Order: sequence, then structure tokens, then C-alpha cells
Amino acid sequence: MDLKKEELTLTPDLFEKLDDSEKNAEKISYESKTYFQDAWVRFKQNKMALIGLFFVLFMIIACIIIPMVSPYSYDEQNMAIANQGPTMAHLMGTDKFGRDILVRIMCGGRISLSVGFMGAFIALGIGVIYGGIAGYLGGKIDMLMMRFVDMMYSIPDILYIIMIVVVLEPSLTSIMLGITISSWMGMARQVRAQVLTLKEQEFSLAAFVLGASRKRILLKHLIVNSMGPIIVSVTMLVPSVIFNEAFLGFLGIGLNAPQASWGTLANDARRMMMSQPIQIIWPVMAICLTMLALNFIGDGLGVALDPKKK
Amino acid sequence: MAEPILELKDLKVYFYVNGGFLKKKDEVKAVDGISLKIYPGETFGLVGESGCGKSTTGRAIVKINQPTSGQILIDGQDITKIHGEDLKKFRQDVQMIFQDPYASLNPRMTVGEIIREPMDIHGIFDTKEEREKRVRELLDLVGLKQDHIRRYPHEFSGGQRQRIGIARTLALNPKFIVCDEPISALDVSIQAQVINLLEKIQAEMGISYLFIAHDLSMVKHISDRIGVMYLGNLVEVGNSDEVYTDPLHPYTQALLSSVPIPDPKIARERQRIVLEGELPSPINPPSGCVFRTRCPKATEKCAQAKPELKEVNGRLVACFLYEDNKE
Repeated sequence: MDLKKEELTLTPDLFEKLDDSEKNAEKISYESKTYFQDAWVRFKQNKMALIGLFFVLFMIIACIIIPMVSPYSYDEQNMAIANQGPTMAHLMGTDKFGRDILVRIMCGGRISLSVGFMGAFIALGIGVIYGGIAGYLGGKIDMLMMRFVDMMYSIPDILYIIMIVVVLEPSLTSIMLGITISSWMGMARQVRAQVLTLKEQEFSLAAFVLGASRKRILLKHLIVNSMGPIIVSVTMLVPSVIFNEAFLGFLGIGLNAPQASWGTLANDARRMMMSQPIQIIWPVMAICLTMLALNFIGDGLGVALDPKKK
Repeated sequence: MAEPILELKDLKVYFYVNGGFLKKKDEVKAVDGISLKIYPGETFGLVGESGCGKSTTGRAIVKINQPTSGQILIDGQDITKIHGEDLKKFRQDVQMIFQDPYASLNPRMTVGEIIREPMDIHGIFDTKEEREKRVRELLDLVGLKQDHIRRYPHEFSGGQRQRIGIARTLALNPKFIVCDEPISALDVSIQAQVINLLEKIQAEMGISYLFIAHDLSMVKHISDRIGVMYLGNLVEVGNSDEVYTDPLHPYTQALLSSVPIPDPKIARERQRIVLEGELPSPINPPSGCVFRTRCPKATEKCAQAKPELKEVNGRLVACFLYEDNKE
């Protein structure tokens, strides 16, 4: 195209008014979503995780309600109806003392689930504080703190759980204590690793340059941002705590009768396995299905909270 | 001339690496004796290739990296060893804009919380409403909408995020800002937007900048004076137009000849100075002048002694070529 200079006179009709949309160039039209709203959208897409979540919620509600509304109690013996198979009156049958197995499984679930969740959350609390401090302070303090964790790790879990339970008398508290002491180290290591990478990120440097205190940087910037992977490992820790407790119960160092957890129920049923094989199915199913469901939730959360991970 | 707002006196920042049990650690001389002055309202551009210590210099000024020796004076006060109230005051005066706008904003905080944080830390304004009002003013200043206040950083583009970062640094009304490659992570079309914003803020608030970058043409555009760094040392300091049109130090000449010229005719005729060899390791820098291993004009003298920054034609150059001419 050949444009000569005189052809380039500007007249008003060469200009047109910009429409108002240009004024809104900075506008973001879609709805604002927080991190967790976003994660929930992704979590919902995972069918197995959703089924797992509903199963666990169903289990928790059943454990609370069934013993309350059932006409039987977990320790009421009735030798006349001992060792019955499933009937309309006793959906899962009765045990060797004639106690309703359904009610006992649900009462055991109360204990197993609360040990699982409480244990995992206490481990989370200790792990976050310990790992956060070690990772953030770094240097010699970090070295000493982590060598202590390595030392604790080198002792087999079950060894000191058994020792603590035996020394402190078997009870809910001593079992919980033993299990927590054995499970906080993994959490601490994970939190420390997260904090180590996050503290070199520019946003935590920015907070430092702004004059934020160590406590503020650690709590508001580092730990908040490491929550995603940590929540996933808590979800994975719950089934392992439940399993540990069941294992103890199965070994016979669990709760005192007539109290029961899924582990002690399985242990009781084991003795009857030759004559009443159906009795062992119920506690084992409760343990397996709950652990499976929790693992599915953990997997789903892993993907939902970390979109880069597939 | 007015008193400098920032003065570096023989600043050295060394890092220690590869140390182990019973093994001596290696010393990385990231910044090896830098002296410079920056005056109020001025923009000082610091250029150099990757790993030459320009970012470390910036980080030492905001106390992310502790200097090994030397002084950093802000308004005549040495800030390398300050504590308590002095440190708090210093944090309000000297701020930093970071390189990567995708990493410099906490992803779990809303834009409002991010910009309000410096005011929360320093207790500026008594009520939350006043702080919120100031946040809205700052959003306005950097050209963002007020309803962005409740949104999260991931909803914004790179350029918008960088402006959020700028609003955060401005919340404390600083006198001096270290800009650590604030545009190198952005699209070219967005770079001008951020540069113009920085210039506008400087004109309105009289802030001084230390502008760190490796894009020479952009640095020339925004800076009043330029300092060229090579392997932890300043090799040339001068007025930005003079350095750009008539570089004195052989390294500056090589650096400038690598800037692309948007005119094929001139570009074809131009003589490019291509440096031989690799950048030497800062763990074991060459003796004498650090540039001598790659310098096309190096002589024996360069290996024996280290050239000081000397004034040549109203500029500072660290090279023996110009000392000899004078004598």
C-alpha cells in the first residue's frame, strides 16, 4: 500500500468512541472461589472418594444412633439366646453370652473411630508444631530435632505401644497415648519438608521484608500453605491408627471386657471361629470397609487439594 | 549534591557451601566489595548477567542476606546491625518488589489481606475500616478495581499480580524500593504497563529505586544512572545515557553489543563482541581483575592487581585501560 503524506489528514470521522467494555478491562467476571471451594468441586468429581465419604459419615452416624435406639445394650447377657445366627430380632446374631452383635459392633465403632480420629488429630497437632519449628528455624536446632525423630523412628512402633499400654494399665487413654507417640513423627517430617520449601518462596521473603514476626510468618504464611498435603496425610493416618488399635485389641492388650473395640470383637470371635464362623465376619467387615473408605477419601483429597498431582 | 539515601561501603556477601564434617567449606563470593550511592528520587539501574550478584546486593539491602562485611547506610545510618524499633522503622522506609509475581503473593490470602498485611504488622491506622480504606486507595493507585479486594491471587494475570505486589510495598509509604527484576517474568506487552506504573509512583511520591534487571534497554529507559556488575564487582557506574551510548569498560561494551537492534541495516553493520569462555566460578574467581579471563583487551597487569573504580570522563570505571591513558 502506498500512502502519501497528504493523504494522512486526520478527520473526526476517522475516530470512533470506544464502547464501555474497554473501561472494564480489569474486571474479572467469574465468581470468586476460595481454595477449599475449588477443592470441593474437584473432590466431587471423584466418585470413589465421594462414596468413601458417605460411608464414613454413615458409619459415624450409625455408631452414635444405633446403640441409643436399640432395645439391647452392649453388656446385657442372656445365655438363652447365645450364639444365634442372624435373625430378625438380632440382625447380626448374638455372641457366646447372648449379646447383640450389631450393638456391640456399633459400640466398638464408637471407640475405634474416636481413637482413630483423635489419635490422628493429636499427631497432627504435635507434628505441625514440631515440624514447623524445626523447618523454620533450620540449622543446628533443626538438625537436633530431626535426629531425635530419627531415633524415635528406629524403635518399632508396636514395641512401645505395648510397653505403654502394659505399664499404664490397658485403657482408652493409654492406648491413645501409645498410638499418638508412635505416629506424630511422620507428620513432623512432612510438615518440616513443606516448611523448608515454602520458606524460600518469595511470598514468605516478602512477609519477612515487610517486618512480619517469625510467629506470623510461620502461622499465616508457611503452615497455612502446607495444609493441603498435610490434610491428606491425616486422612491416611486415621485408618492406620484404627488398624493399630484393632491390632492391639486382637493381641489381647486392648480394652477390658465388657467394653469392646473392633479389634477386641474380632479377637473374641476368633475363639469361636470353628463353631460360629459368621461372628468374625462382622468386625472384620467393619474394619476393612472403614479403612477402604478412608483411603479413598485420602486419595480423593490428594488430587483435590493439589491440582498439579494427577 | 544532596545526601545519598542509600550508600553501600565495600559491601561483601559471601556464602558458604559444600561444607561437611571435618571438611572446610567453600566460600562463594557473591558480592565482593561494592560501593555505591543512590540519591533521593533517583533510579539506579543494576545490570549484569545471571549469577553476578546483583540480586544478592538487593537482598542484602533489605536484610534477607546478612553481609559478610561492609556497611549499608540508609540516610547515614548503618542498618547491618540494627534491632527493635530501629529495625521496624527501617522496614517501613525500605521495601522490595519481587521478581516472580506468581510466587510473591500468598495464595491463601485475599488481595485485601495481602495489601493490608504491612499495615497490620506495623500497626498503621487504629481501625480496620481505615486500613480497608487505604487498601482501596492503593488498589486505585495501581489501577485495579476495588471489588478485587475479596479475590485470591490465582484469579489474576501476571501483570495484575505484580501490581498487587507493588500496592503491598507502597502500603508503608517507603522512601526506597529495591526492584528485583520486577518485569522479567512478565510478557513484553505487560512490562511497559508495570514500568509506567513505577515511574508514575516515583513522580508522585518521590521514591528512590534500585532497579535490578538484565534487560539493558529497559534499564536505560527507567534509570538515571546505571551500574554494571560482573562476578560480584561493579565494573562501571555512570549516567544511563552515557553508559548506553559510550560504554568504557570492555565488559559493558560486550554487554551492549548483545542488545538486539530493531533495524536490520544497522544490525548487519555492527561489530558484535562475543565473549569467549564461561563465567568463572565465584568460589574461585580469577586473580586481579575478575573479567580478565574473558576480556579481549586484557594485559599482564590485569592478572596481578585488581583495578579500582576510578573516575573517567565523569564516570566510574574499574579498568586499567583508562588509568594508563591518564598517566
